[in-house]
Amino acid sequence: MRVQLTVNGASMQADVEPRLLLVHLIRENLLLTGTHIGCDTTSCGACTVLLDGRPVKSCTVFAVQADGRTVSTVEGLEQNGVLHAVQEGFTKEHGLQCGFCTPGMMMTSVALLERNAAPTELQIRQAISGNLCRCTGYVNIVKAIQYASTKMGEAKAEKQPAAAGRA
Amino acid sequence: MAVEIGGIGHSVGRKEDARFIRGKGNYVDDVKLPGMVYLDIVRSPYAHARILKIDTSKALAIPGVLAVITGKDLVPLKLEWMPTLMGDKQMVLPTDTVMYQAQEVAAVVATERYIAADGVAAVEVEYEPLPVVVDPIKALLPDAPVIREDRAQKNNLIWHWETGDREGTDKAFSASDVVVKQDIYIPRIVVASIETCGMVAKFDKVDGQLTVWMTTQAPHAIRTVIALVAGHLGLSEQKIRVISPDIGGGFGGKVPVYPGYVLAIGASVLTGLPVKWIEDRSENIQADSFARDYHITAELAAKKDGTMKALRVKTVADHGAFDAAANPSKFPAGLFGIVTGSYPFEKAFVEVDGVYTNKPPGGIAYRCSFRVTEAAFAIERLVDILALELKRDPADLRMQNFIPPQAFPYMSTLGWEYDSGNYAGALKLAMDKIGYAGLRKEQVEKRKRGELMGIGISSFTEIVGAGPSKHFDILGIKMFDSAEIRVHPTGKALVRLGVKSQGQGHETTFAQIVAEELGLPVGDIKVEEGDTDTAPYGLGTYASRSTPVAGAATAMAARKIREKGRLIAAHLLEASPDDIEWKDYKYQVKGVPAKSKTMAEVAFAAYTNHPQGMEAGLEAVDYYDPPNLTYPFGSYICVVDIDRGTGQVKVRRFFAVDDCGTIINPMIVEGQIHGGLTMGLAPALYEEINYDKDGNIQGGTLMDYLMPTSMETPSWETGKTTTPSPHHPIGAKGVGESATVGAPAAIANAVVDALAHLGVRHIDIPITPWKVQQILKEKGVAE
Repeated sequence: MRVQLTVNGASMQADVEPRLLLVHLIRENLLLTGTHIGCDTTSCGACTVLLDGRPVKSCTVFAVQADGRTVSTVEGLEQNGVLHAVQEGFTKEHGLQCGFCTPGMMMTSVALLERNAAPTELQIRQAISGNLCRCTGYVNIVKAIQYASTKMGEAKAEKQPAAAGRA
Repeated sequence: MAVEIGGIGHSVGRKEDARFIRGKGNYVDDVKLPGMVYLDIVRSPYAHARILKIDTSKALAIPGVLAVITGKDLVPLKLEWMPTLMGDKQMVLPTDTVMYQAQEVAAVVATERYIAADGVAAVEVEYEPLPVVVDPIKALLPDAPVIREDRAQKNNLIWHWETGDREGTDKAFSASDVVVKQDIYIPRIVVASIETCGMVAKFDKVDGQLTVWMTTQAPHAIRTVIALVAGHLGLSEQKIRVISPDIGGGFGGKVPVYPGYVLAIGASVLTGLPVKWIEDRSENIQADSFARDYHITAELAAKKDGTMKALRVKTVADHGAFDAAANPSKFPAGLFGIVTGSYPFEKAFVEVDGVYTNKPPGGIAYRCSFRVTEAAFAIERLVDILALELKRDPADLRMQNFIPPQAFPYMSTLGWEYDSGNYAGALKLAMDKIGYAGLRKEQVEKRKRGELMGIGISSFTEIVGAGPSKHFDILGIKMFDSAEIRVHPTGKALVRLGVKSQGQGHETTFAQIVAEELGLPVGDIKVEEGDTDTAPYGLGTYASRSTPVAGAATAMAARKIREKGRLIAAHLLEASPDDIEWKDYKYQVKGVPAKSKTMAEVAFAAYTNHPQGMEAGLEAVDYYDPPNLTYPFGSYICVVDIDRGTGQVKVRRFFAVDDCGTIINPMIVEGQIHGGLTMGLAPALYEEINYDKDGNIQGGTLMDYLMPTSMETPSWETGKTTTPSPHHPIGAKGVGESATVGAPAAIANAVVDALAHLGVRHIDIPITPWKVQQILKEKGVAE
């Protein structure tokens, strides 16, 4: 089956089996290997990507379900040589060790901050509870997301001084 | 210490992060070679069965399926069995009998991943079920079915190991005022690193070169094992290259050799094509090596005043169907001899029976070095039980008994020379930080109101950094480790090591050691690991041995360079070498600080203007054989609240004081402790692998194997004391596993403490809500 989708801003086409999982389309056909596979039961979240802006576990989405839609992966976070605030937060706060869960964890974080620019610690923990990390104990991941939240808030305030102070 | 150099003691940002945060890591499953084919594995649904027939015809009829490999196909190649790291042997594929559920039965090679899976589904195997032994204690009974009929010894005992003074210990017990005794089961668990295991094998038929990209913590040892196992097929060690690329977590699970690796290599040799094998998570949880599974009976003898006198421990260790653990040869029960912990027992006796059962291989690490968690858990639980028995505060009882700081180096009654320690200092700091006295008052108040709150302590002693080589080897290969440093003419350096990071941040910390020793900025130092064609031989990263052994090798290699540099500096400064000293990261003429040369200047001269008669260049290699192990330690205090309705345990606070000697990178050390604590929380409250009576695994997927998420994991609080190792070149001890070793007992002790006034003395881990609720109902306090 022919699928057409936009991945990190670029239009892509592929001829796929109906059973092909989105994660395999991303990794094997598009060679974007930053999205990882950590389980076979939709438990670990290492394969998390954004589908039309919402985080999904791409091991549980068929490639054909992404037809005509927009996919964002870790490779699209850095823009024009500038790291996304979430990427910056993860390295500044030591929110990663082996790096395997990191792309999925960061995509979930990006989606969280898109819908809630200033999450509480509990909201952060709830948001990432579908992403397993075996190395960090989550403490520094929470800090990384808080770092990104602060940084994005500051950037927004600079751009839109009139909006400053609005909830 | 200069900040701009980024030497020891600085929280230097990690070099490896740059690629990981961009999704540019290179893990085994990211390797894609032209013409690569895929291997998938048929696994047994039975825990013990005879294979009557394997019909591969339907699988072979699927377009794209290239081959189906069975045990019989491996017989002419003499590859149906392979040696384990423990000197036992393990089936690659069975020729007639399977020994555990999910054991490999056949391998399908196909042009695509999905077609290989189709092929696996199409292989038809007929089995005749055989009697199953899942309980290691029953496995030792005289009438138990013999699992390993291939052995001369016709029972299920693998080995018996003992240490200590049996008679002296018995006497000490007879003469003591108080004895406490407890059966403790530490269940089977699995490391479940987020990256599963896998390999890409590429055999070149023309030149006989085998290159493998493999999820391994010990690439050099693997190269030697491949040469030994498959030498008769023409695989020769100089033509075997093991590349361990980025590894998505190891924790011990990537030390053993699994059949899938051998099958991938075999398939590449047979087909001449590159072959990729990546296991699924369920395969990873069901068939790879497991940790723990220790049935312990522990007894402690003491005087009425609380003085601990003697310790007696008997253990049955379930190693599954093949003894494929990765313990040093002389120590089949690993370093379980550290079970006397932080206390100066006069006598101790420990015995362990390793036993075969119809389960996958057991006895590997779960982020802990060689059975140390089992030891720490047993002693720290016993100390709390003694405190209950004597109606003493558990902190007070520990303080009374600790080995005092002035006793180090301390020789334990079981023969381990503890290098350094200040146990009371660590516990006191933890008590102050968490407000121990206040918590005890709060507990009294809460008990009056019927609320269940507990405080648990664990004051553990770790033992890491194997060698020394006179005592430690794996398959005869001595447990040294290595580092090679090359300083280039422009003062930049390349460091190559025999260990392999799986997330620990070696590219950063080892660069910091070199920065400190050579005065070169950390950014100018590149660290490489995990390629046997380039790195010096080493035994790899596990059991917290990288910093104690390879870290020492790095410092020693750097010092060799510094010594040669001194001669070059003398030549450049026209001074006698004896008048040159290394000070403030420079060579200086003694007493004349203005006359100095930096390492970069000396490096340039090493290639452009070296003294005549001296070899050009500036490089060194060191194979470090540690004189002793290192003994990190810590004191953890945990506060829990228990819900009287659901039985749920909530970790309210957890304060961890660790002492790992000299700290190279505080940020990385703290991160290691956070992760270790979480892997201590996991078995204490959540994770467990069970089998039913037929040997069916319970909880063989991540749907039901409960790895802690961000919701279960508390905000860990950490503190430190620093007691350097006197024998390590930079005083470092290793830290990766301390928290996993120390945390479970603190949590279990806290839960028991919350229920102690109801008469509860022990609960086996994992302490699930169901277990707690049963106790609350029994005691009539359930809501």
